[in-house]
Amino acid sequence: MNPEVMIYNVLSLAVPFSVAILLAALGENFNQRAGVFNLGCDGIMCMGAFVGFMLPYSLKAGPLAPYGNLLGVMGALAAGALLGLLFALVTVTFRASQGIAGIGLQMLGWGLSGTLFRHFVGGVTGVEGILAMPIPYLSRIPFLGGVLFNHTPLAYVAFLLVPASWFLLYKTPWGLKVRAVGTHPRAADTMGISVDRTRYQALMLGGAMAGLAGAYLSLCQARMFSDDLVAGRGFIAVALVYFGRWSPLGILGGALLFSIAQSFQLSMQVWGIKFPYEFAVMLPYVLVIVVLALARKARQLGPTELGKPYNREMRF
Amino acid sequence: MTAMLEPISELKLEGITKRFPGVLACDGISLQVRQGEVLALVGENGAGKTTLMNIIMGLYRPDSGTISVNGEPVHFRTPRDAYARGIGMVHQHFMLVPNMTVAENLALGLKQLHHFMWLDIKGAAQKIRDVSERYELPVNPDAYIWQLSVGEQQRVELVKTLCLGARLLILDEPTSALTPQETDDLIERLQRMASELAIIFISHKLNEVKALSDRVSILRHGAVVFHGQTANHEPSELAALMTGHDVTLPRNEGGGPPGEPLLSVKNLRVRGDRGNLALDGLDLELRAGEILGVAGVSGNGQREFADALAGLRPVESGEILLEGRNLANRSPRAIIDAGMGYVPEDRQTEGIVPSFSVKDNLILKDFASRQFSWLSFLRRKEIDRNAEQLKERFDIRCPSTHTATGALSGGNIQKVILAREIARGPKALVAVYPTRGIDMGAQEFIHSQLLDRRREGVGIVLISEELEEVMNLSDRIAVIYKGRILKILPAVEATRERLGILMAGLADPDPPAASVHPSAGAAHE
Repeated sequence: MNPEVMIYNVLSLAVPFSVAILLAALGENFNQRAGVFNLGCDGIMCMGAFVGFMLPYSLKAGPLAPYGNLLGVMGALAAGALLGLLFALVTVTFRASQGIAGIGLQMLGWGLSGTLFRHFVGGVTGVEGILAMPIPYLSRIPFLGGVLFNHTPLAYVAFLLVPASWFLLYKTPWGLKVRAVGTHPRAADTMGISVDRTRYQALMLGGAMAGLAGAYLSLCQARMFSDDLVAGRGFIAVALVYFGRWSPLGILGGALLFSIAQSFQLSMQVWGIKFPYEFAVMLPYVLVIVVLALARKARQLGPTELGKPYNREMRF
Repeated sequence: MTAMLEPISELKLEGITKRFPGVLACDGISLQVRQGEVLALVGENGAGKTTLMNIIMGLYRPDSGTISVNGEPVHFRTPRDAYARGIGMVHQHFMLVPNMTVAENLALGLKQLHHFMWLDIKGAAQKIRDVSERYELPVNPDAYIWQLSVGEQQRVELVKTLCLGARLLILDEPTSALTPQETDDLIERLQRMASELAIIFISHKLNEVKALSDRVSILRHGAVVFHGQTANHEPSELAALMTGHDVTLPRNEGGGPPGEPLLSVKNLRVRGDRGNLALDGLDLELRAGEILGVAGVSGNGQREFADALAGLRPVESGEILLEGRNLANRSPRAIIDAGMGYVPEDRQTEGIVPSFSVKDNLILKDFASRQFSWLSFLRRKEIDRNAEQLKERFDIRCPSTHTATGALSGGNIQKVILAREIARGPKALVAVYPTRGIDMGAQEFIHSQLLDRRREGVGIVLISEELEEVMNLSDRIAVIYKGRILKILPAVEATRERLGILMAGLADPDPPAASVHPSAGAAHE
């Protein structure tokens, strides 16, 4: 096979693969920048995927059918924000351990979405979903057009969110507050910033983005829902935030690297290369672990109070 | 924004009382400070100074009493309310976000720069330039906080507080992390600023109180025990009022024949956390029955030196010889067994296990010894007996030896550590900042303990940045600068000025004729 075609195949598959983890990781980045790490990201994605699928599925025959997909996306955003709110209540207001609460949320989202799906739908059923929207002219550029400009609208949104979250974090008052409460909450408190309120906002935004990531999986990628649709991508997203050193651009790099590895191992199977596929499937995950372990630690830049609840009355 | 309020010219507290569960932190405190005046607020740890200031700033609500600004009663709910009336505070632990710039740190508190989806960072930088020019406090608004020295961060805090509109400054132990030069510099700046501001200066360093303040109020156990004009009172008098009894910190009176060489460190090279060579060829010799003070601005390799001596950090090259045996790169266990005692810098996290009881912390190094264990079972009775005995001997004030050690005050935690280290009968003892943040009563006790050990023939390395402490206790003083010993001088030849200049890395201004001083010339420019 022609190597150019091989590279084209790998890359044009990798871009859609990266969308869900990119969206979720950009959202998780807001959580972590505000000092809260949300391991429940995966569970929120499950619920987002379910709601995103369920709304167009159940509206299929009704008068709202043309708006099914839009409502599905909005519903997924809302469901994600709601679960983010729940997580904020538990970890910010009640100061529960974030790690444990996150695992709980993951199980809740995973279990609830599966149960609701079996109750209301039952078996494997497809939806039309959101179709690819090639960008006029740009999509006709040889090679690059197919790799970059022939995807669903949500994919474009995800990539536009990379500069948008950078802007939000570094150029707006809200971003300033988020970075402050994640690194030195007491300093923020003495400057009249409400630590709790800022963390609530960040967690709801992060949750909404995880919900959107889930909807991307059910509406754009699989066009169906099942229990194992999310398949641990939420945890990959959490790892990507560390991998990207809490910078949106770094996260984009990590998401692409992971997806290229993912798409490469799939292509290897398609090409019929003699290699035990069990090991090939492991490749992207091993890659993440290796890069995380070898990456230079830049402690000065990260949210140093990550994982610690803030209590004004607690002394040093 | 509310209507412009007239600038603060007087703050008055009357009968402020604040109770925490089981503690009366402030007991009917009344104070007053006016524009153009510096009020020193003096007291030991736990006397209620910081609680009182947090009440003024609106972080805590008082149980009773009134606060009034310009004669008009006020009720602050958050620091923002206090700032709105022109009251600002520089906290002892800096309230600066390290991974943000100076301008960003200021912008956090200036709501008028917060626009929808846009932050006016240039406006913040301009404001900083204006204020830093006006008060002669040079600050670069674009620098990241983590790049700045402690002294520079202190300046940033002052500028930030002034930018936020404070006309009454509360400074909570502002000199605790500064070098002697930085301290003098700060006091000079504050004196200049005092004419148009009001300042409340919290400290327990009485020479600074004497140098800066017009009036002094002394707090003890939450109550004001003394008000007076600073000029009319001697520091020793204030110290007695502060502690409730006469305090005379013990001194090393010298005497005793010089002992045998005990510990010798040769050409020690150790890397710091960032991979830099934090110790670059350090040489030192300690004799038995000697206290060797290591003075220096923190961050010049003291931490790495102490870690290497205790076996907590790998040694790149060089030797640490205790009675001729090389301990470099040996395990902490081997070093402990060789007779090295260690009082670490961070007593909360390295010196004790905070959640363990006092009696368990006292056997942390000996739990496996014959004395405290039998067939790998702990001998509880023996552990209790040991704890009671040490509690008595070292005056550890705790409800019982079952109390969690982390719940004790800093001074008592330090006594637990000292008791453990001394009771083991070490040959050499390394004490790192042994009285940092500890009140004078406990300080007195710890100092006399160290001097007693010296008399018994223990060699002690005392790493400290408190010149008073180093000069009072040491036989010889080694000045550490950028990972090397810049100079060693006998304590009798040391003065504050001379040590201060050496600590800044400058050549000795007054070198005794006979001595040689390596590398001092190179460090001059």
